[in-house]
Amino acid sequence: MSEEVRGLIVAHSTLAEGMVAAVRQISGVDDGALRPLTNEGKGPEGLMEAVNRELGDAPAIIFTDLPSGSCAFAARKLSITRPRTGIVCGVNLAILLDFVFHRDLPLPQLVDRLVEKGRAGIYGTHKEGAEHADRALSR
Amino acid sequence: MPIVLFRVDERLIHGQVVVGWGGPLHVDRIMVVDDEIAASPWEQELYCLGVPPEIDASFLSVADARRLLPTWRDEPRRVVVLVRDVGTTARIAEGGLLRDEEVNLGGIHHAAGRDRVLPYLFLSPAERDQLRALAVDGVNLSARDLPGSRRVPLDELLAGG
Repeated sequence: MSEEVRGLIVAHSTLAEGMVAAVRQISGVDDGALRPLTNEGKGPEGLMEAVNRELGDAPAIIFTDLPSGSCAFAARKLSITRPRTGIVCGVNLAILLDFVFHRDLPLPQLVDRLVEKGRAGIYGTHKEGAEHADRALSR
Repeated sequence: MPIVLFRVDERLIHGQVVVGWGGPLHVDRIMVVDDEIAASPWEQELYCLGVPPEIDASFLSVADARRLLPTWRDEPRRVVVLVRDVGTTARIAEGGLLRDEEVNLGGIHHAAGRDRVLPYLFLSPAERDQLRALAVDGVNLSARDLPGSRRVPLDELLAGG
């Protein structure tokens, strides 16, 4: 059996901490496999060191809040030299909830799956379209 | 058009610069001045991922920046200059090139030998000396992480340090 993938959310302010807490609350999974890290007070080198320290040697996915900026930059730079590292930017709860239940999947397959889940987890409507949206949902 | 922002920030291109400052200042161009990144196409590629399509980004060595900086002041486009540390600023400023320029200290984080000045600004004794020398050279230095934050002048930053 392959080693299970670990997850690290790297985000601005207290977002990562809040997301991990929400995942625990919804999923009931609390095995430490998904951890939070804030970029607050860290320069580029300090942030990369902190990410590296949190991940250890396990296969891992780094989740970032935005696709660019200091969090994504640190993730992308680290992934160049760190083996078995995936990156998912623009993280949302749909992604994280799927992640905690599918950590046994091979890393490339898991990354593709999570990106798909994340996109599917975004939905929008507006007043003019509400009737149409309700009809679509009831089918 | 003068340079609309000359900023010292270890993170170079990131959210605070692109969104926080870039929006209100209507920035057209970002000039990152850094010898290491100017010679590293893959790092440039990473930084460019954070640049909106309406903004041009260029990466220059200190030598090239010193040659081109006077032309940026005459450009119709609104230019932001980014450097990662005080030392690079001091090298650009040699010979009075940054005299009367407003230089924003926007993000220098904790590292060995640096003491906390503000939540986003940590300085070593050597960096404090370099800032004092820049001020003597006519550079206007202050700290502010975002446009809505209070501008903290150099005298206040170095008081007690």
